[in-house]
Amino acid sequence: MSEEKHQHVVPYRVYVIILIALLILTFSSVGITSIELGEYTVAAALIFAVIKSFLVLTYFMHLKYDKLYIRVMVGFVFALFLVVIIITFLDYLFRT
Amino acid sequence: MQTTSAVNGANYLTYQGKYKGLLGWIFSTDHKRIGLLYLYSIATMFTTGVLLGLAMKFELLAPGKTIMEAQTYNATFTVHGVIMIFMVVIPGLPAVFGNILMPIMIGAKDVAFPKLNLLSWWLYVLGVMLVLAALLFGNGSPDTGWTFYAPYSFKTGTNMLPAIFGAFVLGFSSILTGLNFLVTIHRLRCPGMKWTKLPLFVWTLYGTAWIQLLATPVVGITLVLVALERIFGVGIFDPALGGDPILYQHLFWIYSHPAVYIMILPAMGAISEIIPTFSQKHIFGYKAIIASTMAIAFVGYLVWGHHMYTAGMSGPAQYYFSLLTFIVAIPSAIKVFNWISTMYKGSINVQTPFYWAISFIFVFMIGGLSGLVLGSLATDVHVHDTAFVVAHFHYIVFGGTGFAFFAALHYWFPKIFGRMYDKAWANTGWLVFFIGFLALYTPMFYLGLMGMPRRYYDYLEEFHSGNILSTFGSWVMVTGFVIIIVNLIRSARKGAPAEANPWHGKTLEWTIPSPPPVLNFETEPVIGENDGPYNYE
Repeated sequence: MSEEKHQHVVPYRVYVIILIALLILTFSSVGITSIELGEYTVAAALIFAVIKSFLVLTYFMHLKYDKLYIRVMVGFVFALFLVVIIITFLDYLFRT
Repeated sequence: MQTTSAVNGANYLTYQGKYKGLLGWIFSTDHKRIGLLYLYSIATMFTTGVLLGLAMKFELLAPGKTIMEAQTYNATFTVHGVIMIFMVVIPGLPAVFGNILMPIMIGAKDVAFPKLNLLSWWLYVLGVMLVLAALLFGNGSPDTGWTFYAPYSFKTGTNMLPAIFGAFVLGFSSILTGLNFLVTIHRLRCPGMKWTKLPLFVWTLYGTAWIQLLATPVVGITLVLVALERIFGVGIFDPALGGDPILYQHLFWIYSHPAVYIMILPAMGAISEIIPTFSQKHIFGYKAIIASTMAIAFVGYLVWGHHMYTAGMSGPAQYYFSLLTFIVAIPSAIKVFNWISTMYKGSINVQTPFYWAISFIFVFMIGGLSGLVLGSLATDVHVHDTAFVVAHFHYIVFGGTGFAFFAALHYWFPKIFGRMYDKAWANTGWLVFFIGFLALYTPMFYLGLMGMPRRYYDYLEEFHSGNILSTFGSWVMVTGFVIIIVNLIRSARKGAPAEANPWHGKTLEWTIPSPPPVLNFETEPVIGENDGPYNYE
């Protein structure tokens, strides 16, 4: 295992910025429930959750600094998850 | 502290570590000992499941009540299913042979996370105990079937929560094993062991590990939701509260159909090791088998809806699930062609593992082809929830995974225990078992086609003769099982010492002594450019 990988240090400033972003997004996802969005309520909540997950995976879990194949594997997992969700809800879309 | 060479001098069965006796086993982080712990645990649960199955077939010997009431029958098939699926076939080959052999086959000393590996076994035991608690305490054994379908699973008065929680914990065991294997295969391959030089059993474990890691959490969360539904009435699956019971079926099968591939992929991997060894010939289409393995692992995620054709899904959903089901049959068929082509013009050495392997192909083909009947929308409506389905999945799950498990057990037995079994008794056991299997499950195809529903303790008189043959088959099969087990237990203790490579295999486990040393290899193996797991020519 290369030493170089372990020596990568992310500045505290980056972590603090991400933390603030996550807090803002959390409060926003709570706040948006007070607005009547109808059928888009769930979509709005999911968009906030996706952005937050992306930030956590990219910065806190160091995906940004990892090898490409690790990023590809994680991307593949999320793509699969998305496909499963879409297939499930297509059933609801077409149900009479 | 003992030196590495002193540790490696002893074999893993006799090595005396920090703890003695039983503690030396249940606290061991040696992947081989953990594999054996799984073997003994799974064999115990398998025997329990067989006894329950035997009782069910006895009940069906004649119409009406034979030995048990309807409610007892419901509980019996539920417990039989939960034990056989969650405690036997899902952990089955990965937990036993994956643990014992995968690190050796890639030239490693152990798995990436040995302590996590031991934790997986402990979680398995905890899950088993929770499910067994559901049987022994509370208001009667669960009676929902192993699928825990909503809304009945949160309305029945039987003791569901421990069983649900037990299945949840068993899922964690599976996830941790999958994670461990993924990291091990990625990070601990010996020098020169490229991806294109990995034995196929390892490749199938790799595909399986992905499914374990990604699909199992779905069923875990679903079971938690059922528990919340039971305790708090949250209304996710309860139509009376605006919930959707079909959503439960979606979520359940999003895991449980890929789980079929958790069961069958390592089985295919074991067969892919046995066929070349006993044909003394390079496996035909090595890369095609790898591609089909990964294709099964991927497409297998997307076909779950074929369990729900009659549940009330929308028409378009039924169409694409049917289409994808037909597509997933293709990579499975590719493997069968590869195995047959490997045998063609091979120098075939007919031994017990080979008998198991070719009977695996036979029953797996019947199971697979009958699966197409169920994957097709029109025919599925006719045979859904009949004995035909029971016959189909026993041909696949038992005939597939079960036969491959016995094939693997007879193949790697001399390596694992350092002793050879009595081959004449082993062959007799296989023959009796195989005949019993065919007699037990084949009539159920006919009974199902004629309209006999599954999960009923009673049936019409016209189904009597088929059920008599089926019950008789269960007695023959269990006789074969007893012969096999007695022979193996006796041989593990008193069998003739086994050579390092009794079958003339080419994978790394055959290069080390039988039983293997504690640290597997004296020196780290190096795979040369011209080396390969199936280089027989």
